[in-house]
Amino acid sequence: MRMPVVPCLFALLLTGFCGALPAAAQVPLGTGPSSIREGLEIGTSTSEIAITSEFRGADLTVFGALTNADELFLAIGQYDVVVTLEGPRDAATVRRKERVFGIWMNTQSVTFEQVPESYSMASTRPLEDIPRSPSAPRMAVGIEHLALSPIGYVGNALSVAEFREAYRRLKLSGGLYQRDTAGVRFVSPSLFRATLRLPANVPDGVHVVHAYLFKSGELILQRDLPLRVVKTGLEQTITDAAHQQPLLYGLVSVLIALVTGWGASVLFRRE
Amino acid sequence: MTVYLPIAELSVNIFIILGMGAAVGFLSGMFGVGGGFLITPLLIFYNIPPVVAVATGANQVVASSVSGAISHFRRGTLDMKLGSVLLVGGLAGASAGVWIFSWLRKVGQLDLIISLLYVAFLGTIGSLMLAESLRAMRRAARNEPMPLRRPGQHNWVHRLPLKMRFKKSKLYLSAIPVVALGFGIGILTSVMGVGGGFIMVPAMIYLLRIPTSVVVGTSLFQIIFVTAYTTIVQAATNYSVDIVLASILMIAGVIGAQYGVRVGQKLRGEQLRALLGLLVLAVGLRLAVDLVVTPADLYSLSIGGFASR
Repeated sequence: MRMPVVPCLFALLLTGFCGALPAAAQVPLGTGPSSIREGLEIGTSTSEIAITSEFRGADLTVFGALTNADELFLAIGQYDVVVTLEGPRDAATVRRKERVFGIWMNTQSVTFEQVPESYSMASTRPLEDIPRSPSAPRMAVGIEHLALSPIGYVGNALSVAEFREAYRRLKLSGGLYQRDTAGVRFVSPSLFRATLRLPANVPDGVHVVHAYLFKSGELILQRDLPLRVVKTGLEQTITDAAHQQPLLYGLVSVLIALVTGWGASVLFRRE
Repeated sequence: MTVYLPIAELSVNIFIILGMGAAVGFLSGMFGVGGGFLITPLLIFYNIPPVVAVATGANQVVASSVSGAISHFRRGTLDMKLGSVLLVGGLAGASAGVWIFSWLRKVGQLDLIISLLYVAFLGTIGSLMLAESLRAMRRAARNEPMPLRRPGQHNWVHRLPLKMRFKKSKLYLSAIPVVALGFGIGILTSVMGVGGGFIMVPAMIYLLRIPTSVVVGTSLFQIIFVTAYTTIVQAATNYSVDIVLASILMIAGVIGAQYGVRVGQKLRGEQLRALLGLLVLAVGLRLAVDLVVTPADLYSLSIGGFASR
């Protein structure tokens, strides 16, 4: 994820000197390559989110401070901030149905390796509006740019693209992937606040908050913070029991069923 | 009020689950079936993953069958020996079923097979029951006597070897079809999350000619043990039994069942069978429509790398 230092610097120099970007071209050349580097610090409202039985999703607030910002660039809105929350990674399989003898059944499938189970993104403006430098390496920021690499041999490149598109669409419609293109607001010239939405079905595990600072479309800084999402109390005990003591868990399930059934017939007997 | 289901990993409205449990419990008490064939599709329609719906459905059937079986045991309408022979086949079938279930899940065809099985079984059994009960009703309306069948002249089933005497049922019957029936039902319990009463009851009545009075109690007896066993095996292999979901369904279900039993006793046998036939057909039809109608989204998503071998 982290950009190699050399290309990053190189990209910075390029934009600074020649101002090849349409957006950067409007900036007077006098600003030049500044010797001071911008700084970015972030903090979250919490480092742990608990899933309780009443959990219906949660909001995570990310605060950030921009230091050593160029006043001119700031004034003309050349700084953009993108904050993402990436869930734990796992493989994901997308299946496509086809009509076979009149019945719809899964015929084709593509498995993508290690994709985030959830992904919330907030930005100062839509990602496609943030100018993109042709010299900057392609960044995996945003739902459209998540790396989705299929596992194993997939013959048709066109159909993989369709599966990728379907994956993003399903994740967005299911609420596990979200974007808020106005979710990052500058509360002062150097302070910003981002609000990320965690859906009710957010997976538990270690999530990572990423904050990206763009200057004239160039990614210049990135900060990461872990966020733990844990099932608490009874929920966690039940999940742990189901996976660590499955036999006992099954026995208890049956016992509850027997007691419930027997209890009811005792209760209703005297009537 | 919502409640979080730790295994299904989603929040649901507790009142909808309670309502489902109570309604299905009422019907299960009335018809003497476990209700799994209604609970499982209902849970799937409510977006519970089919894997969880099937395993949890089996667990729920345990509870709804216990209260029913106790009522029948007290009334003396339960053949323990016949039930035990059925159980031998049932446990073997359930073991095979869990293996099939895990395999289908791996190749991504579990949902389809569950639906196809429901459509095939519910459609066939529903039509047969409805047709038979309508014939019986027409006979009753014309005051014709029921055609008498003499023992020993039934069908091929009664010419099989390994005969056993079932005193309670007043039958002298081969153990082979009984074990085979139990085995088949056991597979269905694991794969479909049903008790199998909707197949076992008609099979016992029409195929094995077991007296209707003991059929319901005996099938419930067998169902308790097979579903309990399936619950444990599903929990141990697929980690898919949601104890919270099951508990809510059970509590609502057993209460509903008590009222269902009373209503069922007031109805006549052929009316009961006609109603059950209609219900079975309706569920089957609903699932068949879903299989044929173009889905809203041709793509589906699941976590994990099942597709890669």
